[in-house]
Amino acid sequence: MTSFANRVVLDPTNERRATTVERVGRPTSLKGLTVGLLDISKARGDVFIDRLEERLSEMGADVKRYKKPTFTKPAPVDLRHEISINCQVVIEALAD
Amino acid sequence: MALPVLPNGLVIIVKRECETCRMVVPVIEQLNHGSLPVTVYVQDDPAFPESLAPIHDQDLSISWHYDIETVPTVLRIENGVEVARTVGWVRDEWHRVTMQSDLGPNLSAFRPGCGSLSVDPDLVDQLRVRFGVTTLSARRVDIAEAEDEFEAMFDRGWTDGLPVIPPTEQRVMRMLAGTTRQPTDVVAIVPPDLVEITIEKVAINAVMAGCKPEYLPWVIAGLEAVCNDTFNIHGVLATTMPVGPVIVCNGPGTRAIGMNSGMNVFGQGNRANLTIGRAIQLIIRNVGGGRPGEVDRATHGNPGKLSFCFAEDEIGSPWTTLAESRGLSRTVDAVTVFPGEGPRCVVDQLARDPESLTNTFAACLRTLHNPKSVLAFDAIVVMGPEHARVYAEAGWDRERVLEEIHARLQIPGSELIRGAGGIAEGVPERLNGMTLPKFRPGGLLLVHAGGGAGLFSAIIGGWANGDVGSQPVTKEVLP
Repeated sequence: MTSFANRVVLDPTNERRATTVERVGRPTSLKGLTVGLLDISKARGDVFIDRLEERLSEMGADVKRYKKPTFTKPAPVDLRHEISINCQVVIEALAD
Repeated sequence: MALPVLPNGLVIIVKRECETCRMVVPVIEQLNHGSLPVTVYVQDDPAFPESLAPIHDQDLSISWHYDIETVPTVLRIENGVEVARTVGWVRDEWHRVTMQSDLGPNLSAFRPGCGSLSVDPDLVDQLRVRFGVTTLSARRVDIAEAEDEFEAMFDRGWTDGLPVIPPTEQRVMRMLAGTTRQPTDVVAIVPPDLVEITIEKVAINAVMAGCKPEYLPWVIAGLEAVCNDTFNIHGVLATTMPVGPVIVCNGPGTRAIGMNSGMNVFGQGNRANLTIGRAIQLIIRNVGGGRPGEVDRATHGNPGKLSFCFAEDEIGSPWTTLAESRGLSRTVDAVTVFPGEGPRCVVDQLARDPESLTNTFAACLRTLHNPKSVLAFDAIVVMGPEHARVYAEAGWDRERVLEEIHARLQIPGSELIRGAGGIAEGVPERLNGMTLPKFRPGGLLLVHAGGGAGLFSAIIGGWANGDVGSQPVTKEVLP
């Protein structure tokens, strides 16, 4: 018997369609806005973020600091939610 | 597909290969002279039996749809509906079904039939697909006639850089026979995209990796072992360090599926070793969405990221197994996953006493990642049989070997602080007066594997350990 149906394969992927999310407009000024600074817990990330906090405060931004428990895992959902309701802008310090 | 309609009268399904079918040809000829019309369907040889002008059931459609399990089968059809059936040769039954008497007077009263081609294990998956009996829900992807199916897999981004087996429905159905779990069962949530994966998707990727059905439970267990917060495959994938999941297999099943635990244990040539690990990595890629250059940020990676999977040599080991040391019985099958880089060789051809050999292991392990790095990374020592023999002869058990290695890796802070030895890398100055261990407690795993000749062992270095990064995970393999 000849083999058949070899031209039809099953999709090995998650079959998800990427959703497109509209970007929030870029603020013209940071004055009066709440800027979240997310430290991912890599070595010396805090040095970078301390300096950013200084500069942003000088520009009139209200700065809030956040920290991931470990750089190797995604930010916990509660942390992401907290940042999303408290901040208009977020900066993530990525690495050492 | 709709049920094909059978002609009224007697319908008899036969195959030439079956001796009972050949024996009853005179009986069918006898019936052919009776009052009911006779239609013969033949499964194999279209000319059999020549005297009865058979119809060739070439695609086995009649046999499949009428659940023919045995040939010969005799059906009586009235108004297009089956009203009586018998299988094999039982004279009284043939009399009842055909409503005739004195059939086959020279034959014995009874002879069993043979298996129908439509239930042949080699064909049944194909027929199930052909006649639309499917429980699978994955999207079907048509490959154009002019497309090379292997190139098509590459073009769609489904491969790890090597060719994959096209996951046809027939192959996936066959793969699913390797587990008792339902295709719709959810196995895990796969990072980085955090997508639920079903047994069906595991099977599709296992087909592509080249697995046999009997490897599927190992793929499932390995996937469960890596997709959790403890092992943290997200971080193992995303890191710039050159690690991937190293899968150590234990239990009698490793021998049943023919895994390699001996010569060339990390190398090429063994299908189970190479395809079980590969299937898990294909799943991370295809279902989890984790691809090199995207979420996978490895600076160098390592060739083991294609598949790094092997079995412990339990039969030749003087020790308890790795899985036993992690709380499981040696009678069960298990996988232990470890975030590991490529293996490196430990050479000591002169040590004949355990102390001297342990000094070698300690000195080699000291250099892992950086000779001044401590406590941050775990490691697996894969002890070759010729080294293990030195310990066995001295009566050192698994625990003693590990204790003695640990004891030799207590390092003065003065050698480890930043700048010491002319090396900038190191621990903070405040740890100067302390003694620090190279490995955290439990941070060394010991496995017995490798070929019988060669006074060599191997070390597999790990990745950020503990809650910060990844912990080894051991899972039982279930059918």
